[in-house]
Amino acid sequence: MMYLATTGRRPDAPPRPAGVGRRVPGTVIALGAVSLVTDVSSEMVTAVLPLYLVLGLGLSPLQFGFLDGLFNGATALVRLLGGRLADRGGGRHRTVAGVGYLLSALSRLGLLLAGGAAGGIAAALTADRLGKGVRTAPRDALISLSAPPEDLGRAFGVHRAMDTTGAMLGPLVAFVVLWATADAYDAVFVVSFAVGLLGVLVLVLFVPAGAAVPAVPAVVPKPARTKPARTKPARRRGGALRDPVFRRVVTAAALLGAATIGDSFVYLLLQRGLDLPPVLFPLLPLGAAACYLLLAVPAGRIADRAGRRVPFLCGHGALLAAYLTLMLAPGWPAAVLTLVLLGVFYAATDGVLMALAGPVLPPEGRAGGLAVLQTGQALARLVGAAGFGAAWTWWGPRPALAVSALALAAALAAAWRILPGREVA
Amino acid sequence: MKARSTVLVLAVLVLLGGSLGYVLHARQRGGGPQLVAAESSFSLNEPGLYYRDTATGRVARSQGAPDGPSCARFYAAGDRALCLRALPGVPARTQAVVYDRRFTELQTVTVPGIPNRARVSASGQLLSWTTFAVGDSYAAGTFSTRTSILDLRTGYLVKSIESVPLTVGGTRHHAADVNYWGVTFAADDNRFYATVSTGGRTHLVEGDLRAWTARTLRENVECPSLSPDGTRIAFKKKVSADPAAPWRLHVLELDGMREHPLAESRSVDDQAAWLDGETLGYALPGRDGKGTDVWAVPADGGGAPHLLVPGGSSPVAVPAAPA
Repeated sequence: MMYLATTGRRPDAPPRPAGVGRRVPGTVIALGAVSLVTDVSSEMVTAVLPLYLVLGLGLSPLQFGFLDGLFNGATALVRLLGGRLADRGGGRHRTVAGVGYLLSALSRLGLLLAGGAAGGIAAALTADRLGKGVRTAPRDALISLSAPPEDLGRAFGVHRAMDTTGAMLGPLVAFVVLWATADAYDAVFVVSFAVGLLGVLVLVLFVPAGAAVPAVPAVVPKPARTKPARTKPARRRGGALRDPVFRRVVTAAALLGAATIGDSFVYLLLQRGLDLPPVLFPLLPLGAAACYLLLAVPAGRIADRAGRRVPFLCGHGALLAAYLTLMLAPGWPAAVLTLVLLGVFYAATDGVLMALAGPVLPPEGRAGGLAVLQTGQALARLVGAAGFGAAWTWWGPRPALAVSALALAAALAAAWRILPGREVA
Repeated sequence: MKARSTVLVLAVLVLLGGSLGYVLHARQRGGGPQLVAAESSFSLNEPGLYYRDTATGRVARSQGAPDGPSCARFYAAGDRALCLRALPGVPARTQAVVYDRRFTELQTVTVPGIPNRARVSASGQLLSWTTFAVGDSYAAGTFSTRTSILDLRTGYLVKSIESVPLTVGGTRHHAADVNYWGVTFAADDNRFYATVSTGGRTHLVEGDLRAWTARTLRENVECPSLSPDGTRIAFKKKVSADPAAPWRLHVLELDGMREHPLAESRSVDDQAAWLDGETLGYALPGRDGKGTDVWAVPADGGGAPHLLVPGGSSPVAVPAAPA
């Protein structure tokens, strides 16, 4: 797999040895900073939106549910489109991702200007969703093209840790703004807009444009440590799924995704088991996110050393353990263990999957390929959550959980066989 | 690199300065409404129509000044008033305050979520409220409701009636997506009606507090409101897939389960209140596009809606105090 240095290293610099002590590429740090800032911006709006819509504007819960679910499904399609656009013309990743970030930032102004008109709010929320859909795949492709293949696990780990930090800070910032202004929602939107613009600016200033992908592919000599396995010439257009190796990655991710029950159900089960005071309910996801944040980088490093399929599969093993823990006697130790396992699951699978799939895809088809993978996984998870909801209705929560655990174990066994071994790239 | 850093620092200063300026401006302006207590002269002793005044966010009696407490939702019956107020900040929390006739605070319960529905039984002994909770961003984006019942006779509080064993169409129902809202109490201070939603459908549910059971009676009934004589239930029925105007007020006769639409043709999203045995009061979005107005319509399906209080919500008829 080819790799082109873009991050301050001179192209003629000797390849550095693998292992500890090497710096994470500046582009990855910059993209992490963009995600951190953007997540602060979007999570602060997410935190106040229901309050604003229902209390401020007097929308009914049903209308809110409608607005909130608006075009959620369409995001999947937009994501595919974003990937395709980014690949076309030899690496317009930064441009496409930048448009996505900008769209989301501008949507806060839309919320402000809509001033309570349902149509305007719907348009603003749609713009935000579109922006989020468009930017994800180009951004992950940029990360995978900016770090040497053997360091991708760590690079994605760093990015995801920064991303999660932003997501945890966002509600906090919203809280401070609301406290300082005695519940002025418009102030939250204005601050979110400013923070969002900052994210776009960091992207434009510190992420190099277009340099990530060579204009003419496959002529750059391979660095010594990368694997020579790709025999077929890289495809230019679409058809990432025609690659048998990539197809196996997508199949494994989708199988495992369809066997997950969805986080909200995990939290619901935890809350019921503990009889938790509802005021503490928001702390549950926060606990898992904190764990994810702490473990993302170590998990990425393990992925780089031991091969990516190991943490990816072990992460799903941790999820299986979390389901089994949920079935045990409820109590604080079991709850804490469940949250830790959930954090381990995300740390060991989310960025690692991108690190696993990235090198399998040719650089000029990477954003599109990653988009296919992410969309497939997201859709499979939707199916999994819907299936669990139905099983709960038919059999009750515990049998449903038992069935899910069995399904996950089976998917894990299948993925163990399907997922390509370590040195496929 | 240096030039880029300079640009970044400048941008941070400008954006930070702008944000700070706006926050200070919003602070100066006074942000959201403040929570205030009732004036000492305000009480339930004067009979009449009580409601929430949109402009001040305080409870008022018709033809009087809004001297009551700040409430997002309000209801009163017997010797008790129930006021739901949204506590400032995130995550959303609701304070349910129980008052006596002179608006002395008797009890305060804080629950998560946004104020949605409030009801008091005719005797004033049972209170119920519904809040609307939204899964935070980590969890799914779906909404859920949380309905509590407080029994003042025993002091027992059911934080969420979700735990009640529910029978749907004769079979015991288990589901993760069960949500209750809009309780209304019968005169015996034991039976209650409410909306239960599961599997994308809403049902009228009849509950028994002492036996702690609930069963569904009929589909597509939301926000029931039992008439003073206990024979009819006013409710909003989903009649259209148009998300802008999905509901129409109906009245259901419990004996024979016949329903008829009311003369109000606009979509009402409120738990209607019986102002007397023949009239229903409810809130509709304000005609000037802001806030809400209180309207009234005959319960028999005839007549026409008429405007009761411009700029109001949460209407409740308070009878003369028993001698």
